[in-house]
Amino acid sequence: MTDTAARATSVVAPVRARRRLHGGGPRAGTVAAFLTPFFLPFLLFYLVPVGYALWQSLRVVRRTGGQYGTSYTAFGGLEQYGQVLRNTEFWSSIGRIGLFGVVQVPVMLFVALVIALLLDTPLLKLKAFFRITAFMPYAVPGVIAAIMWSYLYSPQLSPVVDLLNGVGLEPDFLGPGAVLWSTANVSTWLWTGYNMLIMFSALQSIPQELYEAARIDGAGNWTIAWRIKVPIIAPSIVLTSVFSIIGTLQLYAEPAVLRQISSNISSTFTPNMLAYTVASGNNYQQAAAISVVIAVITFVLSFGFMRLTAKRAGL
Amino acid sequence: MSNPSVIRESRVSRTAVMALMLLLAVYFLLPVYFLVVAATKPQGDLASTNGLVFSHFNLFENLRVLFTRSDGIFGRWALNTVVYAVLGAAVGTLISALCGYALAKFRFRGREVLFSVILGGVLVPTTALALPLFLLFSATGLVNTYLAVFLPSVVSPFGVYLARVFANASVPQELIESARLDGAGEFRTFFSVAFRLMAPALVTIFLFQFVAIWNNFFLPMVMLQKESLFPITLGLYEWNGQTARAPLLQQSVITGSLVSIVPVIVVFVLLQRFWRTGLAAGSLK
Repeated sequence: MTDTAARATSVVAPVRARRRLHGGGPRAGTVAAFLTPFFLPFLLFYLVPVGYALWQSLRVVRRTGGQYGTSYTAFGGLEQYGQVLRNTEFWSSIGRIGLFGVVQVPVMLFVALVIALLLDTPLLKLKAFFRITAFMPYAVPGVIAAIMWSYLYSPQLSPVVDLLNGVGLEPDFLGPGAVLWSTANVSTWLWTGYNMLIMFSALQSIPQELYEAARIDGAGNWTIAWRIKVPIIAPSIVLTSVFSIIGTLQLYAEPAVLRQISSNISSTFTPNMLAYTVASGNNYQQAAAISVVIAVITFVLSFGFMRLTAKRAGL
Repeated sequence: MSNPSVIRESRVSRTAVMALMLLLAVYFLLPVYFLVVAATKPQGDLASTNGLVFSHFNLFENLRVLFTRSDGIFGRWALNTVVYAVLGAAVGTLISALCGYALAKFRFRGREVLFSVILGGVLVPTTALALPLFLLFSATGLVNTYLAVFLPSVVSPFGVYLARVFANASVPQELIESARLDGAGEFRTFFSVAFRLMAPALVTIFLFQFVAIWNNFFLPMVMLQKESLFPITLGLYEWNGQTARAPLLQQSVITGSLVSIVPVIVVFVLLQRFWRTGLAAGSLK
């Protein structure tokens, strides 16, 4: 008995001594061994490219000796950024995506909120079915979702177009005015259920006693939903808004697929498509500057939105 | 509640709610239903029959054509997708778990700074990384290889964030301490104690990363020219772009889309409880 105890302390003692030296944690080498497998690729494939894009965006291509001279890159300061800001295609892509976001994001989040609230009331049956149905599109990648919808938009194949033609509506989902909203519909289809599930998870964590107290005070389902539930899950709504703003500014795959069947989507339809088109023309410095500007706009909008809503909520 | 007008009102609102939800369910299911119907039709029936009604059942022939087209390239794309998305998410989950666990459970200098840098990474849009990565990879000869897509895909700052939240919530400090007192090394403690406690959380992290890779179209499009390296999404995109010249490809695009989304939808539905825990934790502040 004492023998075992003595052996135990002899094993434990050096461990304790070492840990006391290092403030109660494992040795630095061990910590590094846990962190490095993530941090090394994070450094190489996240931080370095960000730095490289910033550096590239400050370079310009210059030529020596006129038309037949050789080209070389040199430091150009903010020259590339000046070009981005003077580029009308850049501003029209931003305007297009701004219009898209101002309409699509609120519509999508409102629908998501309504579904989440209805799934959280005793009014509805078949809840599991509706929840899974709404979430299911999240399993579909943007490219495939856009391919599916493009068949529903296509005048030759679409049963929806047939149906609407039958009642005399004759829609043109791929026309110059409509194609932006046809793209918005693909995004809405894809992401409503995901946003709904974030809100629904937040609703599920509200203690039920809160509702009972409100019910005793005579509050109905509507009052409980809008006066109690929505304010409590406000942080989730802000979170989904920020995710949606970021997603909207990154839009690429869906319009790229619809471009295959509609001449009304140009190669510079969204800011990201513009960046890719510019890069395909080997103007990497300009493409880098565009990417940096998009990233800055994304940061400003998401932080601005968070600050604004925090102030509104009196936090 | 025994007031008849209240009961009538609640019946009306029940019906209204049900009608609204059914309408939304039709909206969410319509494109998938259309795809199922279209995948069973011969190419000739796509334009000539109603898209929502089954005609000649030709699914098996469509599948045969899909998997034999261009020397079975579709099967290759499917395999590539598994390598990129399943293997990539598995590796990504492991390294996120190690890092998140260390950030949650070890005290060391610079811990909060490191965590802030990683959190900043959550906000960096992956599309903004693809072009500079392309330039860096072309300088090192990595462009047009499996690694060009695989390596950037394993990095998920959001996964580290979730792993830290979950490690804090599910691994009690006393358990780690007692494992240490038993003489277990830190890695042994992690794999034998923490890993098991974090397992449900790790499934969630895996699912999120799987979707991120499965959805990331821009990176493979920028990196890959060789068709044999494509994931399914890029392959179907290329085929879809050729349907104007080769209309017979249309049926393969449709059947290929169905074949690639059905297994993912099934897995998602089976694992849906992991989504809810993850999304709840993700929205914690």
